[in-house]
Amino acid sequence: MSTPPLLEIKDLHVHFDVYGGTLKVLDGVNFTVHSGEKVGLVGETGCGKTTTMKSILRILPVPPARIPSGEIHFKGQDVLKMGEDELRQVRSEGISMIFQDPTAALNPVFTIGQQLGAVVKYSMEGKKLSKKEIRERAIIPLKEVALPDPERMLDSYPIQLSGGMRQRVCIAMALVASRELLIADEPGTSLDVTIEDQILRLLRRLVEEKNVSVIHITHTLGVVRETTDRVYVMYAGRMVEVADTEELFANPLHPYTHGLMDAVPRLTGGGIADGIPGRIPDYLNPPLGCRFHPRCPQAMDICRREKPAFYKLGDNHEVACFLYQEGHRDH
Amino acid sequence: MTAQTKSLPLARSKARENLGRNWYKFSRNPMSIVGLITVSLVVFLAVFAPLVAPHPKHASAFVDFANASRSPCRTYPFGTDVVGRDILSRIFFGFRFSLVMGVVVLALVVPPGVTLGLIAGYNQGTWLDTVIMRITDIFLAVPPLVLALAICSVLTPNLFNAMIAVSLMWWPWYTRLVYGLASTLRNEFFVNSAEAIGASEAHIIFREILPNCISPIFTKMSLDMGWVILIGSSLSFVGLGVQPPRPGLGTMVADGARYLPDQWWISVFPALAIVVIVLGFNLLGDGLRDMFAAEEV
Amino acid sequence: MKTMAFIARRVVHSIFVLFGLSLVIFTISRIMPGDPARMAVGARAPQWVVDNLREQMHLNDPLYAQYYYWLRDALHGDFGISLVTRRPVADDIKEFFPATFELALFAGIIMGGAGILLGTVSARHKDKWIDNVVRVISYLGVVTPSFVFAILFLLLFGMTLNWMPTMGRISTGLSRPSVVTGLITIDALLAGDLAVFFDALWHLILPGIALAMGGLAQEARITRSTMSDNLTKDYIASERSLGIPEKVIMRKFLLKPSLIPTISILGLDFAATLGSAFLVELIFNWPGISRYGINAMLRKDLNAIAAVIMILGVVFIIVNILVDLVVAQLDPRIRLAPGRGE
Repeated sequence: MSTPPLLEIKDLHVHFDVYGGTLKVLDGVNFTVHSGEKVGLVGETGCGKTTTMKSILRILPVPPARIPSGEIHFKGQDVLKMGEDELRQVRSEGISMIFQDPTAALNPVFTIGQQLGAVVKYSMEGKKLSKKEIRERAIIPLKEVALPDPERMLDSYPIQLSGGMRQRVCIAMALVASRELLIADEPGTSLDVTIEDQILRLLRRLVEEKNVSVIHITHTLGVVRETTDRVYVMYAGRMVEVADTEELFANPLHPYTHGLMDAVPRLTGGGIADGIPGRIPDYLNPPLGCRFHPRCPQAMDICRREKPAFYKLGDNHEVACFLYQEGHRDH
Repeated sequence: MTAQTKSLPLARSKARENLGRNWYKFSRNPMSIVGLITVSLVVFLAVFAPLVAPHPKHASAFVDFANASRSPCRTYPFGTDVVGRDILSRIFFGFRFSLVMGVVVLALVVPPGVTLGLIAGYNQGTWLDTVIMRITDIFLAVPPLVLALAICSVLTPNLFNAMIAVSLMWWPWYTRLVYGLASTLRNEFFVNSAEAIGASEAHIIFREILPNCISPIFTKMSLDMGWVILIGSSLSFVGLGVQPPRPGLGTMVADGARYLPDQWWISVFPALAIVVIVLGFNLLGDGLRDMFAAEEV
Repeated sequence: MKTMAFIARRVVHSIFVLFGLSLVIFTISRIMPGDPARMAVGARAPQWVVDNLREQMHLNDPLYAQYYYWLRDALHGDFGISLVTRRPVADDIKEFFPATFELALFAGIIMGGAGILLGTVSARHKDKWIDNVVRVISYLGVVTPSFVFAILFLLLFGMTLNWMPTMGRISTGLSRPSVVTGLITIDALLAGDLAVFFDALWHLILPGIALAMGGLAQEARITRSTMSDNLTKDYIASERSLGIPEKVIMRKFLLKPSLIPTISILGLDFAATLGSAFLVELIFNWPGISRYGINAMLRKDLNAIAAVIMILGVVFIIVNILVDLVVAQLDPRIRLAPGRGE
């Protein structure tokens, strides 16, 4: 790509200091989003997806969390080195995040209007607005997410809303605070499947209308296929594979990706879905070398000793696996 | 399912492993160890007071005017009071009164309080529940100390009656605590199954629900030791608890109050002793709370 | 309106509870050994005086009748005559209650203000040295009885350093302003008498702080704990990520949810100090109702005992209701039944 990427994460390491040692959660994450792209991020629970996203916005709980090394470039500037004001500008205009659990993401003792109003007020242009103007501006995103009776919604408390409504409110707030990049962290997973479907469709429509780039985190492969152009697969704090969506589904390379695909139950054809044996590693004492090797059916000697780099295979398809290093290729 | 697996013989090595893990959780905060040591020390001094105190006879009726009101020195590390009694020795004996008060009050309060809470919680929604909780509310409607004082005032002032008074004011807290726990547990699967096979109410309450409430009850008990002792010393201070010439800690503070600031040691050392004993139980209780807390995954 | 219904329900509940309380108190006072009439007139009075008094006090009537007379009179504000002060208990209460109330109010303001402040500072700078200092002080504050603080303060500031007065509500030589509320500080302000106002305030400081220490420590601990829990909550992270400035988050969006448990406890502590103030009142010679009550209890002054307990009970209940109202106002989760969503 000739144009510089919108977001570029380079070799990000994130550690958590806890009783008993240090959790080395992110172990050199590389991640890129180009303007206008819809990028998916897949991985099982606990692999570090949310941690990575929170690092972008610098909302990790910083006493236990630490960022020993890495860079996160947004529109060319390293977020990790930004000052208060620049960071705030990025947060209130550039990037925003829709949290996984909408109930936890809303402050229970303030009305929707007060919270949404604060986002509007502290956005860059919001400083000079009167209370009335803020209120009017706040209603707009509520209408965009198809919430009934937005006026009344402004004076309601989160406790009075259903799960689906709370999710829409969170989306509304995210829309106000982002022009360029939206991070959707498993939107709708905590809701009923039918509601989740509505939310996903709403998101798709809004993304089209607003022309924002999206990072869509999920652990459901079906959703990825429908909503993204390009997908990253993540395991235990590292990206293991990245490709255009269709290519990934047609041609999964990494053994973990294989495992994920096989684990999806099929409605047609015979056979029971296989899970991937084993569990995610202990971040206190992660395995040396490739973090997946204890569970990998094709682990080799070198996998136990060294960390694989990303190897390029064809356009836009990269894999972090020694199987694809020249000389070890057996596909 | 329930705690009944503990009775199997195989569980003995599991018990040892549990002990190790519990100790680890308890000892993570060094202050808990401080609490444990303090309490152990106090208990030791109280139990062995006649042997350990430098002047054991001073704890009962004793006068020695020649040595009255001496400031702290080698023979009398905490000084003597106006009739010549060694403050340090009296404090050791004073610990006895404090500990007795704590133990007796808890012994009087916990069984009925917990039982009532269990009954009310299990029978939640029925008239039994309402009656029990209303009575509890009545006792809780009075500001904490006032009820104890009122009862004390009716009876002759002495330690025993003070214990009765504090007990009468204390039991509702256990009932409330257990009521909350029991009424939640009441609808759990294991209770319903026990009912289905025809277990009696007594069995369900004591063998099924109670074991699951033990940790919060125990934590509260260890913290309460400190509070009961605090209240006991307040009552003694006012004249409603341990009566002079006995060496209750609060009593000693009151005895010395009128000699402030000149013979400050008569009041100050017993006062500090109260602080130490209550602090010890508090730290110990906090440590126990940490020990019983659910592990972070 | 939901609030009205809530208040109505609590009031009914409270009346029921007060009723039960009055029964308990009445029973206690009648169980006491000794003849109240004899105690009222003294050992040397002739028997016929005692017998007359017994008739007057309805002491020969059955218990339920006695209760009826007692309750009827109490509801009219007549609590009988005090054995100790020899005047209507109601007058005693009118004189002594405001003193304790003023002291407790002062202590309450310190408990709330300083407690929340210290707790907030502690939470913001968690695990740094200032946090540890505050935690140790809070701990000591909680485990030390108020009378120990009172004695220490008296000793240190009153006697040794001689900075502060050690007795009473105002210095001898100053006259009290005319009674409007009974709180000398407020009355002095209302009368425009600043000298008396400051003098009374000065007298309030030592006993007030001694009384406040326990509660202060409690509030600080709870505020610290709640705040540091809330700091890690998702909604705070979300608010940050949406560009809301840190200062605004700390002062508004973190503070309000964190205050809820603190205010509940503050209310309870305030009400409790009304009853437990006697320890401090005794040491500082403060003419309050708590000290009056203790005296009554030591001298077996039945009427006074019953009246003091009832009054304190009523105030306790009122404070509890007020606290519940404030908390419900702060926390919509309590106020609004879930499921009312569209």
